Amino acid sequence: MDKLRRTLLKGAGGALVAALAAGVLIPTRVLAAEWNKSAFEAKDLASALKSLGASAAADSKDILFRAPDIAENGAVVPIDIVSNIPNTTSIAVLVEKNPNALAAYFDFANGAVPDVSVRLKLAQTSMVKAVVKADGKFYTVQKEVKVTVGGCGG
Amino acid sequence: MADPMKIRAQMKGEIADIRVLMSHPMDTGQVKDAKTGQIIPAHFIQQVNVSVGGKVVVEGQIGAAVSRNPVFGFKVKGAKAGDKVVVSWTDNKGDKRSDETVIA
Repeated sequence: MDKLRRTLLKGAGGALVAALAAGVLIPTRVLAAEWNKSAFEAKDLASALKSLGASAAADSKDILFRAPDIAENGAVVPIDIVSNIPNTTSIAVLVEKNPNALAAYFDFANGAVPDVSVRLKLAQTSMVKAVVKADGKFYTVQKEVKVTVGGCGG
Repeated sequence: MADPMKIRAQMKGEIADIRVLMSHPMDTGQVKDAKTGQIIPAHFIQQVNVSVGGKVVVEGQIGAAVSRNPVFGFKVKGAKAGDKVVVSWTDNKGDKRSDETVIA
């Protein structure tokens, strides 16, 4: 009995060492990885959405989207997004009138709540759009933010 | 190497509230230097990773539209006080930075 237990422990320990050596347990590569160049370099909203695969996103009331009505300084516009849609796995933020529409994209895992706050630059008054992915489907909500001083150069 | 991040992680009820302030110019590559008239090359953070207790919770990809010295707020369920929070970023020039704290 005792001997069996020892053998098992030894076996498990060996497997762990092997896994570590093979780099299997390096935690940073659990989720999707590469910077999505085509989506971030897309010049307009439609092609950015297409690169994300979110062209057919449906409007949803289950996304809380907090952004100022008027931003005095377009260089720092605070945005809060909370998704109440079950099984939300990612949230993207897009600014329609910016030179590159996609601003940020977040994937969530391991207990992270789909609730993110971020500060963005807005080139000019624009629609700001949140796109949420849940169960492989896309949902969206948008709001216009008026900018009095642009955030890109100004 | 960029300046250290400021990370604050606190339990609020059952949810850990994590806020991060990064120190980075976030140059878009579209602004001219006022003195020289030369375009300031793009230099911005592209990837942001947050892990709690050794598990990746948020993996973010960001563009140059994120403000200078980016501030992010995240919330995580199932974490507890004392868990280690590690935040790391990589920018478009390959610079990296990783800082950590524990949940209070």
